[in-house]
Order: sequence, then C-alpha cells, then structure tokens
Amino acid sequence: MTLPDPALLIPQMADALSQHLARHGIDEPQFIGIRTGGVWVAQALLEHMAESSALGVLDVSFYRDDFTRNGLHPQVQPSELPFEIEGRHLVLIDDVLMSGRTVRAAMNELFDYGRPASISLVCLLDLDARELPIRPDVVGATLSLEPGERVKLLGPAPLALERQTLAAH
Amino acid sequence: MTAAKPPLQLNDQGQLRHFLSLDGLSRDLLNEILDTADSFLEVGARAVKKVPLLRGKTVCNVFFENSTRTRTTFELAAKRLSADVITLNVSTSSTSKGETLTDTLRNLEAMAADMFVVRHGDSGAAHFIAEHVCPGVAIINGGDGRHAHPTQGMLDMLTIRRHKGDFDKLSVAIVGDILHSRVARSNMLALKTLGCPDIRVIGPRTLLPVGLEQYGVQVFTDMDQGLAGVDVVIMLRLQRERMQGGLLPSEGEFFRLYGLTPQRLALANPEAIVMHPGPINRGVEIDSAVADGSQSVILNQVTYGIAIRMAVLSMAMSGQTAQRQTNSESEEQA
Repeated sequence: MTLPDPALLIPQMADALSQHLARHGIDEPQFIGIRTGGVWVAQALLEHMAESSALGVLDVSFYRDDFTRNGLHPQVQPSELPFEIEGRHLVLIDDVLMSGRTVRAAMNELFDYGRPASISLVCLLDLDARELPIRPDVVGATLSLEPGERVKLLGPAPLALERQTLAAH
Repeated sequence: MTAAKPPLQLNDQGQLRHFLSLDGLSRDLLNEILDTADSFLEVGARAVKKVPLLRGKTVCNVFFENSTRTRTTFELAAKRLSADVITLNVSTSSTSKGETLTDTLRNLEAMAADMFVVRHGDSGAAHFIAEHVCPGVAIINGGDGRHAHPTQGMLDMLTIRRHKGDFDKLSVAIVGDILHSRVARSNMLALKTLGCPDIRVIGPRTLLPVGLEQYGVQVFTDMDQGLAGVDVVIMLRLQRERMQGGLLPSEGEFFRLYGLTPQRLALANPEAIVMHPGPINRGVEIDSAVADGSQSVILNQVTYGIAIRMAVLSMAMSGQTAQRQTNSESEEQA
C-alpha cells in the first residue's frame, strides 16, 4: 500500500479543521504542534489557512510514560508556549497517531500550564493502533500497518511519509 | 583517578549512570547535560514547576559535610522531577573512612533508594560508594573533599554558555584559593573539554596546587595581569576551614592582593561576567560593589544549579534503566 502525500492531505485537513472549529463555536484557537513532526504539520496547516497566530511548540520528553523503560530522550528541547493556556481553546497537532501515549503526555504537560477551555486533536495520520481512548477530531488519513512497521514523517519542507521496518529483536 | 579504570560512571552505551567527576566525560556528553538543563530551565519558569519524570523514585541526599545551596538545590531538583526526597545530614565522625562509608552504605542500601546524592569531606568518597553500591542505584557526587564538584562545574558552564555563548572564543579566569577548591578542578576540566582556548588560574603560590599544567591552564600570581581582557571571572571562596598552618598572612592581605574590586574588574573585558559558587565572603575575596554589581551573575548560578541537577538526576536514572535493560537482554540470550 502506498503512503499518502502530505501535500494533498493538508488542504483537506485545513477544511475539516475550519468546519470542526465552526461547529463548536471556537474563535481564535491557539495552535500547538508536538515536536518534531507535529510542528511541521502545524506550520503547513497554518500556512494553508493563512493563519498568522503564534504557534506553540510542545516537547513531551519530560512527560512520557515510558521513561522507566526507555529513559530520557537525548535531544530534549524546551517547550515554547508564547500565550496563555488558561481558559483558551487549543488545537493540538501531531504527525502520526499510534498508541495515543504521546497525546496523553502532551495533555498532561498542557495542564501544567493552566486549564484550557478545550483541546482539539489534529493528526496527519491515524495508524488505527490506539491503546488509549484518544481520538483525533481531524485526521488526514487512516491506515493500518503490518506488525513491525512504522511510518515516519520527513520534513519540514517538503513533507513526506516514509515506511520503516523495525529490526526484529 | 578515574581515567585509568573502566568508566564507572558510564553504562555500556556511554550514557551517564553515576555522576562522579567530569574527568573522562566527552564534549558531546557535557553538551547533552547543558542542553537538557536548558529545557529544565524552561520548566522552572512555569506556574507548575514540576514534571513527572522521576515519579515513584526515591532520591536520598546524604550530606557528610555542611551545605546549604547544594543540598537545597538538589532537593528542589528532585522534587521538581516528582521524586520522593529525603535528606540525611550525617556528621563526619573520626572513624576511619573505609569503615564509616561501608557501614553507611549498608544502611543506605537498606532504604531501597534509587539514587544517592553524596557530599563528603574526603576525596573519592562518592567514587568509593559507586564502586560498592548494589546495581541499579545511581550515585551523584555533591562534592568530595578537594577532588570534584561536578554539578557545580556544569552549572558554571551553563552560566557561561547562557551569558557568553560558545566556549571556543572565551577567556576565563579562576581566581583565589585553587588549592582547596574542588570547584576549580571541575571547572578546569569542563572548560578544557568544552574547548575553551584560554583558561587562566590566578592565586598566591601557597594556594596553587602542584600539577596545574595537566589542565592546560595559564598560571598567574599577579591578579592584574591575569584579569587582562578576560570574558569570565570565576571567584572562589577562601576556604579557611580547610587551611592548616600559615598559608596566608591575613584576610586583609589576601583581599588587597586577590580581592575582586571594581577597579580590578575594569581590567577585564567590559562585558565580562563575575561568578562565584557561594557562599561569598564579602571583603575577603570579593567586594560588595562587585558581588551586587551589574556584571555579577552569582544569583543566576543558583537558578541554573537547579536545572543542571535536574538534568543530571534524570540522565543518570535514565542510564541506569538502559543498563538494566541491556543486562536482562544479555541474560535472556545466555
């Protein structure tokens, strides 16, 4: 199965996001990308939507639930949220939704900054492998992988999806 | 002392699992510590200054020697990582080092802590404990005798990097009681590893240790000469409590020759920063006008110290975890 082209997914996602926000009566949401791939997707989305508001960047390394198994990510960088979280409507953007654990970590981190009015989730790809009750509000494409396969987003420009096979242990 | 042995403080993947000395640590690893600390600084600026990284872990601070800043910043660092923290102030008795440490070690192991931060008056104490502690427990050196104070060394490097940028163009002077200073040793090692081309050491001959050449430093006994054009001045505390005999005529004389006054600071680069590991002795090694002046970053150092300690605690815990995985995988294969 060929992987979709992100350049074709972004316009559809932008439309779907606008409709989602309109349906829920959300004005002036704050956009937040999850480092690294989610930030690229967010930048592409904001550009397509001609949205000029500041983009927040979240690094969830300190909030991952697999620290005791996998340790600390060596290239952790500071999160940058140049706006208030308290009482705001947030749009959280990631590249590939797999288990949902990254999104959970991201939500835990966001709540340490304040209590948002709402969080909407946008993902480029949903791999239909969720381990938590976390579902995207807007998704570019859904696909299932063979066991041992992963998808990685390459970027920032142009965005491309790449299939990877994990080395068998 | 660690160089000839296999690197006790690193795991099989070359990650930290203890933090005992900056000796033998690569530039990449030092930069990783600084980068991780930068991210923790951002956490310290939030309303909720806490991340869940070490939730459920127990960190035990064991201080055989007095400390306020190091002890409290290690405590804060562990708490901001969501670890449970206990602090033991163990007064140093006159029993011999081997007996005291071995006994103490057995007691500490019985507490089933995941990590110990150790400060001790004897050089090599943290190293000794790391060699004998049960596997999976990380030992962090909070200062051992005259040997090393690696978290202070790294927080000084973070201070320099944040205020002056890259190390490869900087001129750094370390001034005062070098002989008794573990901070000076850790700083010289870190600066050399990070590629600082001009490291100067300034002090009276009686307070300069032998063998300074191995650190690749220039030695000055004349402070005015040594300070000329430097970008960073690291002042050290005069450690009267460690001095036996007549190393110094008097504190007044020391201040006259090696105290950092505004007049002397004017010899350095006009943009130079002034650092001090604390506690400062006003009027002994540093003039109040300098300590409280616009070029002083002494209080910033304390803030950076929390972030550095958060970085080291989480990286060592992470390295222990990785080692445990490697060990269990090789057991499965065997």
